Amino acid sequence: MQKEKSKRIDPTEVMERIATASKTVVSGVEDKDVKHWVTIYITGKGYKVPADLTILTAIEYAGYKFIRGCGCRQGFCGACSTVYRKKGEYKLRTGLACQTRVEDGMYLVQIPFVPAEKASYDISKEEYNANVFFKYYPEVARCISCNTCTKACPQDLQVMDYVQAAIKGDFEFLANESFDCIQCGLCALRCPSEIVQYHVAQLGRRMYGRYGSGPEPAHLLKRIKEIEDGKFNKEMEEITKLSRSQLEKLYAERKRESN
Amino acid sequence: MTKKVVITSKNVDFLKKVIELSAQPITRCDQCGVCSGSCPMVNEMDITPSQLMRMVQLGQEEVLGSKAMWLCASCYTCTVRCPRGLDVSKVAEALRQITLRKAIDYIDIKKIPKGEIKKLPQIALVGAFRKFTG
Amino acid sequence: MRIPYYPGCTLKTNAKNFEVSAIESAKILGIELVELPRWNCCGTVFSLTSDDLMHHVAPIRNLIRVQEMNEDGFVKDEYRLLVLCSMCYNTLKRANLRVKENPDDLKKINDFMYLEKEGYEGNVEIIHLLSLLKDLGFDKVKEKVKKPLEDLKIAPYYGCMLLRPKEVGIDDAEEPTIQEELLSSLGANIIDSPYKKVCCGSYQTVQDKNIVADLTYNILTHAQKEGAEAITTSCPLCAFNLDNRQEEVKKKHPDFKKIPVFYFTQLMALAFGLDKSFCRFDLNYINPEPLLRKKKLLEG
Repeated sequence: MQKEKSKRIDPTEVMERIATASKTVVSGVEDKDVKHWVTIYITGKGYKVPADLTILTAIEYAGYKFIRGCGCRQGFCGACSTVYRKKGEYKLRTGLACQTRVEDGMYLVQIPFVPAEKASYDISKEEYNANVFFKYYPEVARCISCNTCTKACPQDLQVMDYVQAAIKGDFEFLANESFDCIQCGLCALRCPSEIVQYHVAQLGRRMYGRYGSGPEPAHLLKRIKEIEDGKFNKEMEEITKLSRSQLEKLYAERKRESN
Repeated sequence: MTKKVVITSKNVDFLKKVIELSAQPITRCDQCGVCSGSCPMVNEMDITPSQLMRMVQLGQEEVLGSKAMWLCASCYTCTVRCPRGLDVSKVAEALRQITLRKAIDYIDIKKIPKGEIKKLPQIALVGAFRKFTG
Repeated sequence: MRIPYYPGCTLKTNAKNFEVSAIESAKILGIELVELPRWNCCGTVFSLTSDDLMHHVAPIRNLIRVQEMNEDGFVKDEYRLLVLCSMCYNTLKRANLRVKENPDDLKKINDFMYLEKEGYEGNVEIIHLLSLLKDLGFDKVKEKVKKPLEDLKIAPYYGCMLLRPKEVGIDDAEEPTIQEELLSSLGANIIDSPYKKVCCGSYQTVQDKNIVADLTYNILTHAQKEGAEAITTSCPLCAFNLDNRQEEVKKKHPDFKKIPVFYFTQLMALAFGLDKSFCRFDLNYINPEPLLRKKKLLEG
């Protein structure tokens, strides 16, 4: 097989292409001015869309309106989970619609919701060891270290590693590795052992925050005491009595650096 | 107690399936009973390991309804003692897997009392879930 | 000697006493157990169906870590993986044999794990600590004994996973002697019991603890009848069934007398004169300290 020479990608050129493509969605640039087009398949039907849109904006360009599976549009909320395949490939791919650019031949499925029961617990009543995970999420013992969750994660987290850390009772590793999790649910959807990784991680982070991460910062304790001593009571009482227009005035005239 | 058994192609299919899944020449079992004598769980079982092997040999799919295959602790004592070199633990596993792969679990994970889960070491939970859930 | 070491989940939590006593007593013998980085749960049991490859991924992934340890300089030319937990030992060793004997299956498993830096090349050997000690020579163990376990009558218990099936057994499946040899070198009195290789009930303890109570009752009372004052084991599941489940045994058989259960490494640490904190007796369910004090093996 011939080795392909990798083209040097000019970032400015890429940004300009994205901006041009996005204009078709945002400010109605005419189709004839768009140079690059791709065909994507939404619920099995093919659509020609500008090449440099994200999956989210491409689906909107095609005429759909999102009433589910769309949130912050910035890659932070985890609402726009997408499962897709690329033309000619067997691999099942996952990603966030707002963060993934379209490619020719993409077969898209938007996941509006991942079913996952969250356990009820009171971390103040739990012991700081691995048994807390088995108590509320016993299915975590079914993990077979297949790494499917890691492959599914759009945030590039080492999901299998943090689930294993939960089993081992290594709260610190679990908390740090799962920190950037946006709870999009793609890992839970793909897991053959039917574990809900992000719920396990949430429990682990809460336990770590309470029991493992050291004493509370001094400034936090100070502020809590101030609140309990009633330092802010008068201000709170005044502000809750204001009308909507008064609040708007207060907000518009607030102190800012630019004033 | 005797039972009349008519072997049809369905029975043969079941036997073949278990032979393939366990990779054991089950027809070689001559019912000597060493596995039953060695099994630590035999007193709790509804049918003995020898009877389990016999039912499989005759392609009796109702063996899947026995409690015996779920009581197996995978201790491999039968494995090391069978004079015909058969691995009975693999036959039991094949029968369990046939059921588990139909998404029929033997235990409900969520029904284990929280007090027990608190005591049980990971090794017990992982092992039980591997053997009893699909 | 620096050797890659696989702990397994339970040794990091409920069976920390096993790990701590093993690491410290191995140090006395010049063996440093170097923990495998990024290890994962081996799955506890070896998958027995002919077509299953998925459940071998977990054990084989750990063997790639042994390769990585050598490449990253944590150990030098050491492709043996030391295991303490009997169940992990059995699963890792059987999975290793499975893929070595079936290179097509190994290729499939390696292809599945494409996110790993490299595939498993098939040159790791799984070794249990007892085998390592036997290779070292029990006379070397005896040399380090500062506090011989005189007058302590111990019935070693093997369970299943160390002995069966034959291709992974560390000793003869019907007449094992390896634990006896070790404990003799520590100065203890050996009590033999025919139940030393009878299964404790294993994972049945989750669903059917009463059956385990009966099995445990048989195993322990037979040893006690022969005069045993303590039991040793090498498996956290056997330890749980023989030790923690004595509560259920007592409920079912009121005439039952409790008996402490040790990990063999705890007795090694004791005999080597190490500080009590390295034995972590607080994690043993039946407190062994009164017996040890009676035998003048502990102060107090």
